[in-house]
Amino acid sequence: MASAALPYLPWRKPATESGPIRLGSRRLYILPTRAGLVFSLLLLGLLVGAINYGVSLIYFFTFWLAAITVMGMLHTQRNLSGLLLQGCPTVPVFAGESACFRLRVANSSRLPRQSIGLRHVNGQGQTRDISAGGEILLELPLPQVDRGWKTPGRFAIYSEFPLGLFRCWSVLDLDWGVLVYPRPAADALPLPATGADDDSGATSVNEGTEFAGLRGYQPGDPPRRIAWKASARGGETLLTKQFAGGVARHIDLNWGRTPERDPEGRLSRLTRWVLDAHACGLCYGLELPGRKLPPRVGEAHLRQCLEALARYGQTR
Amino acid sequence: MVKLGSAGMLPGVLARPGRFGKDVGATLWLLGPMLLVLAPHALRLPMWISLSWLAFALLGLVAARTGRQPVGRHLKTLLALAGVAGVLLQYGTVIGPSGGVALLAFLSGAKLLETNGTRDRLGLLFIGCFLLVAQFLEGQSLFTAAYMTGAALTLVAGMIATQRPAPPWRPTFALAARLMAQALPLALLVFLLFPRLGGPLWHLPQPVATHSGLSERMSPGDISVLILSDELAFRAEFDGPVPPAPQRYWRGPVLWDYDGHTWHTDPAPRADRLEATGLGQPLRYNLTLEPNQQRWLPLLGLPTHLPELPGNPTRLGVDLQWQAREPITRRLRYEVEAYAEYRLENRSGDGSPTPALRERALALPMGGNPRSREIARAWRETAANDAAIVALALTLFRTQAFFYTLTPPRLGAWAVDDFLFESRRGFCEHYASTFVFLMRAAGVPARVVTGYQGGELNPLGNYFIVRGRDAHAWAEVWLDGQGWVRVDPTGAVAPSRVERGVEAALPPGEQPGGEFAAAWLRPLHLGWDLVNNRWNLWVLGYNQERQHQFLARLSPLMARWQGMAWALGLGATVLLLVVCVAILPRTARHDPASREYLRFCRTLAHRGIARGAAEAPEDYARRATGWLPDLGRDIQYITRLYLTCRYGPGGEDDLSALRRAITGFPPRLRRRNPTQPL
Repeated sequence: MASAALPYLPWRKPATESGPIRLGSRRLYILPTRAGLVFSLLLLGLLVGAINYGVSLIYFFTFWLAAITVMGMLHTQRNLSGLLLQGCPTVPVFAGESACFRLRVANSSRLPRQSIGLRHVNGQGQTRDISAGGEILLELPLPQVDRGWKTPGRFAIYSEFPLGLFRCWSVLDLDWGVLVYPRPAADALPLPATGADDDSGATSVNEGTEFAGLRGYQPGDPPRRIAWKASARGGETLLTKQFAGGVARHIDLNWGRTPERDPEGRLSRLTRWVLDAHACGLCYGLELPGRKLPPRVGEAHLRQCLEALARYGQTR
Repeated sequence: MVKLGSAGMLPGVLARPGRFGKDVGATLWLLGPMLLVLAPHALRLPMWISLSWLAFALLGLVAARTGRQPVGRHLKTLLALAGVAGVLLQYGTVIGPSGGVALLAFLSGAKLLETNGTRDRLGLLFIGCFLLVAQFLEGQSLFTAAYMTGAALTLVAGMIATQRPAPPWRPTFALAARLMAQALPLALLVFLLFPRLGGPLWHLPQPVATHSGLSERMSPGDISVLILSDELAFRAEFDGPVPPAPQRYWRGPVLWDYDGHTWHTDPAPRADRLEATGLGQPLRYNLTLEPNQQRWLPLLGLPTHLPELPGNPTRLGVDLQWQAREPITRRLRYEVEAYAEYRLENRSGDGSPTPALRERALALPMGGNPRSREIARAWRETAANDAAIVALALTLFRTQAFFYTLTPPRLGAWAVDDFLFESRRGFCEHYASTFVFLMRAAGVPARVVTGYQGGELNPLGNYFIVRGRDAHAWAEVWLDGQGWVRVDPTGAVAPSRVERGVEAALPPGEQPGGEFAAAWLRPLHLGWDLVNNRWNLWVLGYNQERQHQFLARLSPLMARWQGMAWALGLGATVLLLVVCVAILPRTARHDPASREYLRFCRTLAHRGIARGAAEAPEDYARRATGWLPDLGRDIQYITRLYLTCRYGPGGEDDLSALRRAITGFPPRLRRRNPTQPL
């Protein structure tokens, strides 16, 4: 990915911006691509040939190709000029997954734009066209390694259209980010014993055996719970089986009760447990050093728990 | 075990069904331009290169369709090496105009087997650009230029196509055409102003080309059919009075020596100084000579001074033959000031040619042609002087049954006797050769002069077109007191040859067919020739000298290099600025929804809540609601409506609702609550 390093002028560090950004010519850089450099060498060779052989039409076509290159440069710059950019919120992901940053790009001019994409040191998105007066969401998938609130930092919107001989780009640093949940532990250990009102020391996840229904797959669902047949019938999304019939009670997911000892290991384990507990429809509470979430059920509670796990130890 | 992220990755993988696999379209965008560029080369390239190129193209298409590589990496390397070896065997080199082009053509085909990414495809099109331009080494006709412009269009379109996954045909070609049109003025400016060099940067191998046009030998007995060639020899444009046809003798090689079969000159006479006096007013004309691989240059009349040829020194021989040191390999234009009438002498004090020249102009092979020698001896005895002998010979041609024909019978060992007494059919070479033989046999110094005579006037451009068919041979005899005098024995037999050209002189059965026969095509043909002439002069012949002339005519400042540099820089800047402004993306005029929304913003601004320059509508609404909580619902409603109209699926209904809402926006605001915070 080193080759994807952004071409930027290192002394011009853009401040983090929030509002909509209009791409004026002051923000746009343009330089020849590698292909452009090769092509200019070719043109130089042709010119030497023209001089040596004294052939007028070689002169003329060499100059014409060169002029086409220059016009292509103007078109490349115009392809980005005047676009209005605004960052969109990013859907949280688990560590190890790819977060999809989305940038809303509005084209208020009567000129359609072609092949515009986003680049980052860690990856680049697909290029897309924008119709005249249209608006699109440009996507930038970036792999996320660590949990926490992650800002992608500097990225660039770029275009090499029409000839691929010049790349025009603008370096941006939006104040956007993505919440990266800890990577759920890979192996499904049983959930810890339940809370105070049931101190029997029972070990298992209190999950009934009675099939209760289906819900959409969520990252972390154990594979044996995926309803493969139903998923195949249903189309694109995977479905997870839910079971009921367990004793209605709540469990405490506690920092101290994980088999792992290192903090990240504990967080991974707790994340797995939270997901499993949610999948089983259990009522669960989460206790981290300095943060305690009372037992509850539901989607919002899951998000809250995951966010607490993601942000554990971080100031923000 | 759940493989993390598998669900997230799944749609992404599905959305890309073999991006580079079944991509026949992308391959076609490459094949089209390359085929167009290579087609003219294929006329010269060896068959095996063309055939293997086509095979590669087919394989490449199959590969694009199936998404499988047809040829392994090792085989590919082997193929490339085989190509290099083949070209080496064929041409002996892999660089230079012929070997290099052949190798590139082959490799461009092999590259079609593995064009995967944008970079590969661009690289192939670059080779296409090179091959396109290399074609001009072979020819620069108007047709070639037009064809190559079309090919360049497809190349540029192909380059644009590499930048998009599925490029649409029409917009891509339209954009390519627009780019080329916008680039044209800049290209023309640079073409006119880029300084031209006088000669090549390094020594070039001379192309081995066949000689065309007049040769420097003449063997009248050998030819049984003379093909009238339409090939252009040169064009001549007179500045001022135009000499009539009987005076338009374009002088070429002068032939001194006869071996009983062939006239030639070896070595060229050098001993004497040319002594010539012009008579009357000099003519001025421009002559554009087609490359003919010969060392002599046609000349009408006696030049006042010799034109300079760049990089090719010339000299005027003692027999008024203009010789260059190097063969003429490219089109040449020169301006001549010359006397149409002149006296040509090589005096040695007593009014006769120098002994060496005189001896050479009287030399005949030993023996042969006894009857001709006999008749010449008879003339010598009866005639009073040399001029009378010339008159006797011309009378012979005129009064006896001699015929002008392009299909003369072959002549025997004694060609002159055969012609004079047996066949009596022939064209200019036969008459000139026989006449000079007779003169020498009679003791009159004589020589054969070859060149062109006449030429067709193109009234559209007011210049003469001289073709291969206008080639001619005549004689010069030495007459005491007059010097070398031109005598055209062909004119005695067929005066119309001299007056009106070959076709007029031919008997009805021999009129040539073809395009020239159709009279109605003639203006068309002349018009085409005029276009070609201008093309040659202004485009192909635009060299250092013409550039200098042209720029000096614009302004004397421009003739210097500083002037050229300034003009180039300024002109390019202006052109770029013009294009820059012309293609600037224009902001769409506000759509109706935005117009209404701006009205709403103005209303709020009156209340002291102006919208920030880069404030999103939602943020603005939130801020405004904070200031005007009473109107919060209205503000939110209007903002939502506006966003629906502007970015969402909003239709006419939403728009009119927005208009109504904004028109009645501050509902009873002023009356009910006149003192809102500012």
